Amino acid sequence: MSGNSAGPGAAVIVGGNRIPFARANGAYARASNQDMMIAALDGLVARFGMSGESVGEVAAGAVLKHSRDFNLTRESVLGSRLSHTTPAYDVQQACGTGLEAVVLVANKIALGQIDSGIAGGVDSASDAPIAVSDGLRHTLLASNRARTPMDRARALTGFRPGHLVPEIPRNSEPRTGLSMGEHQAITTAQWQVSRESQDVLAAASHHNLAAAYDRGFFDDLVTPYLGLVRDQNLRADTSVGKLALLTPVFGRGDDATMTAGNSTPLTDGASAVLLASPEWAAERQLPALARVVDAETAAVDYVNGDEGLLMAPAYAVSRLLARNGLSLQDFDYYEIHEAFASTVLVTLAAWQSEKFCHDRLGLDAPLGAIDRSKLNVNGSSLAAGHPFAATGGRIVASLAKQLSVKGSGRGLISICAAGGQGVVAILEAL
Amino acid sequence: MRDRYSDLVNSRSGKTVAGMLGLPRPAKLRRYVPGQPLLVGAAVVKGVAGAPLLPEIRQVLASMAVPDVSDAATPDVATPDVATQDVVAAQASPSPAGPSLSRPSPSGSAPRLGAVVIDASAARVIEDLESLRAALAPCLRRLSPCARIVLVGTPPESLADPTAAATQRALDGIIRSVAKELRGGATANLIYAGQGPGAALESPLRFLLSARSAYVDGQVVRVAPADVRAPTDWSRPFAGQVVVVTGAARGIGASIVEIFARDGAHVICLDVPAAGEALARVANRVAGTALQVDITAADAGQRIAAHVAQRHDGRLDIMVHNAGITRDKLLVNTDAEWWGSVLGINLGAQLRLNEVLLDPELRGGLAEGGRIVSVSSLSGIAGNRGQASYAASKAGVIGMVQALAAQVADRGITVNAVAPGFIETEMTARIPLATRELGRRINSLGQGGQPVDVAETIAWLAQGASAGVTGQVVRVCGQSLLGA
Ligand SMILES: NC(=O)c1ccc[n+]([C@@H]2O[C@H](COP(=O)([O-])OP(=O)(O)OC[C@H]3O[C@@H](n4cnc5c(N)ncnc54)[C@H](O)[C@@H]3O)[C@@H](O)[C@H]2O)c1
Repeated sequence: MSGNSAGPGAAVIVGGNRIPFARANGAYARASNQDMMIAALDGLVARFGMSGESVGEVAAGAVLKHSRDFNLTRESVLGSRLSHTTPAYDVQQACGTGLEAVVLVANKIALGQIDSGIAGGVDSASDAPIAVSDGLRHTLLASNRARTPMDRARALTGFRPGHLVPEIPRNSEPRTGLSMGEHQAITTAQWQVSRESQDVLAAASHHNLAAAYDRGFFDDLVTPYLGLVRDQNLRADTSVGKLALLTPVFGRGDDATMTAGNSTPLTDGASAVLLASPEWAAERQLPALARVVDAETAAVDYVNGDEGLLMAPAYAVSRLLARNGLSLQDFDYYEIHEAFASTVLVTLAAWQSEKFCHDRLGLDAPLGAIDRSKLNVNGSSLAAGHPFAATGGRIVASLAKQLSVKGSGRGLISICAAGGQGVVAILEAL
Repeated sequence: MRDRYSDLVNSRSGKTVAGMLGLPRPAKLRRYVPGQPLLVGAAVVKGVAGAPLLPEIRQVLASMAVPDVSDAATPDVATPDVATQDVVAAQASPSPAGPSLSRPSPSGSAPRLGAVVIDASAARVIEDLESLRAALAPCLRRLSPCARIVLVGTPPESLADPTAAATQRALDGIIRSVAKELRGGATANLIYAGQGPGAALESPLRFLLSARSAYVDGQVVRVAPADVRAPTDWSRPFAGQVVVVTGAARGIGASIVEIFARDGAHVICLDVPAAGEALARVANRVAGTALQVDITAADAGQRIAAHVAQRHDGRLDIMVHNAGITRDKLLVNTDAEWWGSVLGINLGAQLRLNEVLLDPELRGGLAEGGRIVSVSSLSGIAGNRGQASYAASKAGVIGMVQALAAQVADRGITVNAVAPGFIETEMTARIPLATRELGRRINSLGQGGQPVDVAETIAWLAQGASAGVTGQVVRVCGQSLLGA
């Protein structure tokens, strides 16, 4: 594969690297976002023999970010084995961060603005930033603005003991106060997704991921870190029966179908993807696994409208298919991010629903069903875990490799994100 | 790992105490640093019984700017058949080794000797051995620390006449004994070169004279005439070449990676996926590539070849089989699983990888003129209590190397093994103290070797210029008593 068939103006995926994902407060409890991002970059550099070299740019980000990490990606580059002359910037689009970074880098390559770049993402739920309360912050800032010692003392009298309670970032939507799981529980109930179908999907995710590890599929996609060799959340021996025993954590009454087993756990991890123009890759005798065909982002009004928080990908895919003249069935692989098993199932159901496709997507006919054996064939977030910004890079690199191994075909990526957004993309074998 | 005993007895107070107690004081071995002079001091080159290889030997030394003081240093030696007298010592041109010439030495104006090379390849009768003694003995008093003695002989098995064969075999006994007699980190080795090794002699000679062979002592290397590719730059013999090193994440493997990269190669660093974090660090340090593959995987050979095909125009120059494990247990207690894992990784995987990579049709396989170097072990030669499986695998490697060398000779490929003795690594750091201390001391250099000593030897065998050396097992053991 020289990548020459990618055509002009295309960006190809050379390869990727991630560290195994760890459960929050697990193997990476003491690692910072920067530590993990550097590890992911250095593994990528080693895989492609690029120590000391530079690329056009590195775009990456984190969802949970310390204020000191205002330049996280550039600082990670400086700490990595890449040349210090590599430019970098931060991207942040909630769980869409990783895929959005890939799109940004791919577009610049397609435009000829850069010939190579790395897209990535990292998140630590263990080393989350803790902020002081707004009350304390305002008091301190006022004291800082004060010109005389007297003014300063007066400003500090605004302090109240309650201010000492720190603000720990929550996995909740600022505008609704509901957690993502609570939002999804509403959607799950609306679409009447059964508990069993969710557990079946979760079990498949674990089994597919474990089989992929055993097959050596991840040998050139994952580099161990801090003693962790495989994703810490992976349970190769789980089963629908075992998952059925778990108590629901989201939803109410009969609608309480979402458990810790069919929802992604809080996770730490990082990923990186190397993209390039076909010429850049060929010159360096680097592989070209797949090309980035197109991407689309959608957002839904989950605040005032009646759409579910995580439904945006259903819209984005519809528009992406139309623009590319493709049907939903024109794909060999579907990578639908498993934020919750029910997210995947609702999205699939929506595409099959005549009513949804007509009323919401404005289509004459439903997009239809997909061949489920092509879905998340090497496992997804339920098994691997989901360090928010790192998931996009995980999926892009894995799908590109799947397509390269198959030698032909097309893959669809769909990632839902907080704020009612969804980022989707198409990759194609070369 | 640090050798605390050596540190102690070589410290100032330690020296005094060690001297009073008569404890051995292991010398600090001189190791190769790019750009360093070949020797500490000058060289004496002599011959016995016609010495047909003298011109070649002198030329090698001259090309390395070594001052040759054969005449000055040996006016008192009667060597009737020697061809040295008429050879000019003009090669003693100004050189980096110059200063050592002016150092005062015990015998007045005679300089300290960095090396003594004696061509005994034409020795055929017992009297020739007396000439050898007479030539060698006086030099032994003048050796600098870490000096080199190299004898050049003719393989006894190539001689039909019993007296001639006996004479040549005697060289083996002499070199092994001299190696034990030497002090101060000096080594003695023998090259059986046969008639007219031509350019093939240069590479072993250079190696055994240089600091690269610091821990190779009392060894015999055979060299045959061959189609030698001498490098344009001897300090970067692997420029433009691609080498795969298995077990590269740590220990000896990590050192092999560094030495090949230092000498110009692009190194593909291979280890099990679980060792990937350390592997990436090793690869990035030398701008090499990390390849996470378990060598026991069914498609390991294909994956290596595919990588080489994609990334390096399909040209693999050198394959280094270093990955290995131990699962020590008395044979009586060893079960099939432990037995199988040791043999599978240390031997079975190598055999399978070679079979794949030696397929001439396979793109990314070993190139014509390529090199295979395997890591065996002294345990494979001497055996070791509790290591039947390990010794089986490491002895098996020797059998493999010998058979394979003959099989691929017509393709210009050489196949060799190194057999490390006690090397200071994480592996040996886990040995119980008393056993470890014994392992370290029972050799002529009185210390354990460093990973770099094994790496330098492997790199030497892998050079294009080492074409005349194949099917050999070179021990890197400081002349250990084990299996000797
Ligand atoms: N240390 C000594 O004194 C000594 C002496 C004689 C021989 N040796 C031999 O030298 C070699 C290196 O020894 P070391 O001391 O550096 O050992 P080590 O244990 O430090 O390193 C061995 C490396 O091989 C790798 N490895 C193991 N199984 C593998 C597999 N299936 N696929 C790929 N890689 C695999 C390991 O992950 C490790 O990185 C071994 O073959 C050993 O038997 C060592």
